[in-house]
Amino acid sequence: MQWETVIGLEIHAQLATRSKIFSGASTAFGAEPNTQACTIDLGLPGVLPVLNREVVRMAITFGVAIEAEIATRSVFARKNYFYPDLPKGYQISQFELPIVGKGRVEIELEDGTLKPVGVTRAHLEEDAGKSLHEDFHGMTGVDLNRAGTPLLEIVSEPDMRSAKEAVAYAKKIHQIVQYLGICDGNMQEGSFRCDANVSVRPKGGPLGTRAELKNLNSFRFLERAINIEVERQIDLIEGGGTVVQETRLYDADKDETRSMRSKEEANDYRYFPDPDLLPVELDAGLMEAVRAGMPELPDAKRARFARDYGLSSYDAAVLTASKGLADYFELAAKVAGDAKLVANWVMGEFSGALNKAGLALEQSPVSAEQLGGMLLRIVDKTISGRIAKQVFEAMWAGEGSADRIIEAQGLKQITDSGAIEAVVDAVLAVNAEQVANYRNADEKKRPKMLGFFVGQVMKQSKGKANPNQVNELLLKKL
Amino acid sequence: MHNKSIAELALGLRAGEFTSVELTRTHLDRIASHNPQLNCLISVCEETALQEAELADRRIRAGDAGQLLGIPIIHKDIFCTDGVKTSCGSKMLDNFIAPYDAHVVELLKQAGAVMLGKSNMDEFAMGSSNENSFYGPVHNPWQAGAVPGGSSGGSAAAVAARLCVAATGTDTGGSIRQPAAFCGITGLKPTYGRVSRYGMIAFASSLDQGGPMARSAEDAATLLQVMAGFDSRDSTSAEQPVPDYAATLNDDLNGLRIGVPKEYLGEGLETAIADSIQLALDEYVRLGAELVEISLPNTHLGVPTYYVVAPAECSSNLSRFDGVRYGYRCSEPRDLEDLYKRSRGEGFGAEVKRRIMIGTYALSAGYYDAYYLKAQKIRHLISDDFRAAFERVDVIMGPTAPSTAFGIGEKAADPVTMYLSDIYTIAVNLAGLPGMSIPVRPINGMPVGLQLIGNYFQEARLLNVAHQLQQATNWHTATPAGFE
Repeated sequence: MQWETVIGLEIHAQLATRSKIFSGASTAFGAEPNTQACTIDLGLPGVLPVLNREVVRMAITFGVAIEAEIATRSVFARKNYFYPDLPKGYQISQFELPIVGKGRVEIELEDGTLKPVGVTRAHLEEDAGKSLHEDFHGMTGVDLNRAGTPLLEIVSEPDMRSAKEAVAYAKKIHQIVQYLGICDGNMQEGSFRCDANVSVRPKGGPLGTRAELKNLNSFRFLERAINIEVERQIDLIEGGGTVVQETRLYDADKDETRSMRSKEEANDYRYFPDPDLLPVELDAGLMEAVRAGMPELPDAKRARFARDYGLSSYDAAVLTASKGLADYFELAAKVAGDAKLVANWVMGEFSGALNKAGLALEQSPVSAEQLGGMLLRIVDKTISGRIAKQVFEAMWAGEGSADRIIEAQGLKQITDSGAIEAVVDAVLAVNAEQVANYRNADEKKRPKMLGFFVGQVMKQSKGKANPNQVNELLLKKL
Repeated sequence: MHNKSIAELALGLRAGEFTSVELTRTHLDRIASHNPQLNCLISVCEETALQEAELADRRIRAGDAGQLLGIPIIHKDIFCTDGVKTSCGSKMLDNFIAPYDAHVVELLKQAGAVMLGKSNMDEFAMGSSNENSFYGPVHNPWQAGAVPGGSSGGSAAAVAARLCVAATGTDTGGSIRQPAAFCGITGLKPTYGRVSRYGMIAFASSLDQGGPMARSAEDAATLLQVMAGFDSRDSTSAEQPVPDYAATLNDDLNGLRIGVPKEYLGEGLETAIADSIQLALDEYVRLGAELVEISLPNTHLGVPTYYVVAPAECSSNLSRFDGVRYGYRCSEPRDLEDLYKRSRGEGFGAEVKRRIMIGTYALSAGYYDAYYLKAQKIRHLISDDFRAAFERVDVIMGPTAPSTAFGIGEKAADPVTMYLSDIYTIAVNLAGLPGMSIPVRPINGMPVGLQLIGNYFQEARLLNVAHQLQQATNWHTATPAGFE
């Protein structure tokens, strides 16, 4: 039997507002428990929610980015269930009338083809607090700092057919929300969370029963959890069993999914329109402002990078993977003036150094201006590419700008042909045997042999001799 | 002193005839001697009331002209009061002290009104007799053993018994107007959104509205002037200017078109009440008004619609009382489910539990369309009835309640009969209109209320119409025996 996997994702993106969706309390991460929960977040009697208008703008921005229908009127609804970290006994969410309707994104498959993935809807809701089961013996602690944090829940169509496609889609949404500046995308802190609905079916057959996978807090776990769940479902069916509709939790340590609750145990959420909040009527002025302020999106930026900077499609994709990296590249390229040189450095030496140090782009000790400034010195032939690596290391270590380091360490390239010629002559004189061999050698073998002399000259000049001039002089004299 | 109107008291305070401390002391003494019998107060704030009165006296001496400055009032115990217990009539909140004032409390505090205490009420405002209070029933000052109406029964009884000058109430289906009728006072439920709900413990959010309870329309106008207005903390609060309610009180009623719904004077109404209503209507005709028979054809759907919408909202609103963060918690819970079940099972009274169950059912999967959605549609029909009527008339009048105050325990066993005591008031909440109850000719010594219904944000008109009757008659000045 040939099986086909069907996957849909529910992504919760935490909106990057300063205050909560229905209260003025701060949304900053990592504060002492319950220090960022006001009377509204605590669900005290008589308090009322007031919508933070910024979340509406952010949701609309996302809707425009995925070419979705934006609802002229959307409604907040109450999702009722009891849990200690849900202070009001209901979550304010959107149900029948979400703010963002049908939209789509394109993902790139491994073979380079593009595949559209439908977004069913995206709606606004508040986050719950956190239950802390480990910290108190025999008791559970409740931290309501996160309660009321604004979320945009983005629901996809069941359009994905493999774990890899699901990851590509999740990364695409991750990239878009970060580009729009509406979510910081931090998966460790829970700012961007994925749940996956996974089912299998005989190829071309009707949809199978799905399981919902939770606790997928990295792209790697998302891929892994889907793959083992697919395997589990196929084994189950082939062994004569049936898949039951349930929520399953991914355990990264044990590398397995296990049942959390079945459909029978699921709550009846008794959704109904929240009478404390008015429907959100779409304001034409806001819509116009959002369209006018729309930043360049990943696909457009990638195409522009390839076109305007003459980069390969692959390089353009790498450099536009995050808005931060794209901005870094563009600023450095503007300073240095040679986009291809900058692209190679940003993707090579610079990204390598970040990875090695385990730093995020924002934590880089070398700014885009600094890197561009150094690369400009390659362009204007002040230093060679090889010396540049030495300069870069010094900049990384915090020794200041490239020019200062070049000056302080005397790394300026020697371009005085007289001085280079003297070194060349000296090298040729010392290595008479190799000179003779070279002159007797086959034309084809000569370029390789030339390398020896270049190396010697560079060594003698401590790497500072201009390599082109060295080459020219050596060829002439040999 | 305790029989004077707010305007008279304000003059007396400024003329130095008495101080706010003396006025407050007088009322505290009356509370001390009468409350044991009436049970209309859950909390008495003697110490802070006297401090507030002293402060008011200083402001008066400094020339502050506020009408409510130094006037002793009582808040229904549904309004959160910073530092003073807010029980909502429930065991669930018997230990709850809010760290904030409700918007209404804040406004009245700023105006310098002195808070004497918090009044008894049906638990979470669910009831029409004040029998559903964790703190026991309130007695009607007109007749011991009779109910004061509900849910704002404590406020109504306190005003009628002259234990305070005026009080606040809330009205979800008649909870200001019906007790005002039963206790012979003046009560006004404003247009939905006119008074902020911030800090007012929610029963049914789309119906709840706070308002004044007083001994005259003039006093009610003075209170509403302070209570009304936009509040950014309540998204359903209306951004409408607040008119000067006193300015139009004395407008004459020549040409006023009064709509009398035929559905309000038919079956189910005691004939003696119908006679009292007719007597008041005749008085209005003498004052220059014209009576127009109208029809509100969906009136009979009001009670069933209300008993889907209000319980549905309350089932969700009361979920926060779970024993986790504040309020009643059962002893020694075995696990989370036990904590929820017993805290709520022991903390809520029977009527509250009944409504939570009705509402939970109405919102459940498979029933939502048949109950909640259908009720919302009927709600529109009821609003449309009024809309059509207000194209022909300026104000609608009829009885506030189908009977006078009944005996404690008389209807307690039959919730449906109890629910029908709000038959004339409920539609007004479903439509979000302003409504008022004022005393008319009593029956066998028991008060009768005339209900006035106005168009949206026409509180000034209602107060004017009520005041004109109170200028021409003295039904509203009658005082229960023993409380003169």
